[in-house]
Amino acid sequence: MIMPILLIVYYSFLDIHGNFTLANYQKFFTPVYLKMTLSSFWYALLITAVSLLVAYPTAFLLTRTKYKQLWLLLIILPSWINLLLKAYSFIGIFGTYGFANALLEVFGIGKKQILFTDFSFIFVSVYIFIPFMILPIFNALDKLNPSFIDASRDLGASGWTTFRRVIFPLTFDGVKSGCQVVFIPALSLFMLTRLIAGNRVITLGTAVEQHFLVTQDWGMGSTIAVFLIISMVIIMLLTGNKKRGGVG
Amino acid sequence: MKKKSLSTIYLTIVFLILYAPIFYLMYYSFNSGGKMYEFESFSLEWYKDLFQNTRLLIIVLNTIIIALLSSAISTILGTIGAVGIWHLKKRQTKNVLLSLNNILIVSPDVIIGASFLIMFTIVGIKLGFSSVLLSHIAFSVPIVVIMVLPKLQEMSSTLIDAAKDLGASNFNVLTKVILPYITPGIFAGFFMALTYSLDDFAVTFFVTGNGFSTLSVEIYSMARQGVSLTINALSTILFLFTILLVIGYYFISKRNGRIIGLGARK
Repeated sequence: MIMPILLIVYYSFLDIHGNFTLANYQKFFTPVYLKMTLSSFWYALLITAVSLLVAYPTAFLLTRTKYKQLWLLLIILPSWINLLLKAYSFIGIFGTYGFANALLEVFGIGKKQILFTDFSFIFVSVYIFIPFMILPIFNALDKLNPSFIDASRDLGASGWTTFRRVIFPLTFDGVKSGCQVVFIPALSLFMLTRLIAGNRVITLGTAVEQHFLVTQDWGMGSTIAVFLIISMVIIMLLTGNKKRGGVG
Repeated sequence: MKKKSLSTIYLTIVFLILYAPIFYLMYYSFNSGGKMYEFESFSLEWYKDLFQNTRLLIIVLNTIIIALLSSAISTILGTIGAVGIWHLKKRQTKNVLLSLNNILIVSPDVIIGASFLIMFTIVGIKLGFSSVLLSHIAFSVPIVVIMVLPKLQEMSSTLIDAAKDLGASNFNVLTKVILPYITPGIFAGFFMALTYSLDDFAVTFFVTGNGFSTLSVEIYSMARQGVSLTINALSTILFLFTILLVIGYYFISKRNGRIIGLGARK
């Protein structure tokens, strides 16, 4: 199963006629591709940050509800619906006559172009990734011993200090694995860029797909894929912790 | 008290946003006008349309066949793999294999898709049913391994010693002791593989040739052409089907004692 990945590395050294070359790597370091890589990272970073901002309070509040396992299941449930269908639904909601625009009309803002903008791209991506961010944070918070919080409060710490000094550091592992499972796929998203962002946003994943299936330049596509793999490994090293044995 | 109501409001908003798109789709699937706005009147014509669209129904059938076949095969392979990894004496080889397994789970679909496209072309497998099936098996096996392995690890070694002392052969130990013990893990792995396979878009998109397509790929090409309420009708049915699957999964993991986490495959 490792063989296909080695094949990608091999292909990244071939040009479009199958000759051995380093030209693809030279091409990757030209401004066009570097800019694309940077913007891809920027979008992935934004998506991860926004998901974290929404997911942390959600997970935190969830651990404080009754029947929390059931609520958690309800949060995860939408992530089992086919991804394409959710993206398709947003085409309707964000469309010119869709629900979002109708809402804007009510508030007196008026119709806006929402589909095919950065906003819609980030919103939909966050929507899709949020369950994957909530889950590890929820698990980390759930394992947290409540007596730590009581102790901190008894010692006179304010709510905010308790959060900053006790709760957040103790759940940091969950945050890290959440970031990992959001950031890596966010780098390689490609159908969302087509459907929601209308080709305005080009991620590394879109570029790979483009080179493989549209321009048929497998060499260049593989080169980008190699960089995608490298960034993936770097992110895994940065966010990995030794204890974690897998996805669970 | 005020704090409590604030948190309820926050959670409600999150839930609303999470479910809004799904119900939005379902709501308009009953619209007699052909658009996803201006609800005209209740009608079932899109459902009728859906069931008369034989091409789409064949694609649905294909998707289900691929999902069932690939998850069954990968459950067998993954269980063998997990038992193999668990049986390894050397710690180092074990860790190497496990991290390779993890890399395969985390690696983006685009990469898996692209690499399989290259491999199938080199080996000469025609793109279509078999290539999609093979790639689905390939990305499901690591998932099954991850689900089965914890069960093996929590099994006490005295169980096996006892069986051996009582004169059981290696084969007997495997079929009478180990397999029954890890059955819940195997089921969870099967369900996981099934949902991943049903949900997969990116990998299939790469390795599917002309003439063969699964549901995700078909929805993608339909959605690129614009809104069609047949998709809405389809999604309503799929949603109900998914809920059934989740209920099944829920009861299995209930027996397991906890809800097992999801990966991040998109």
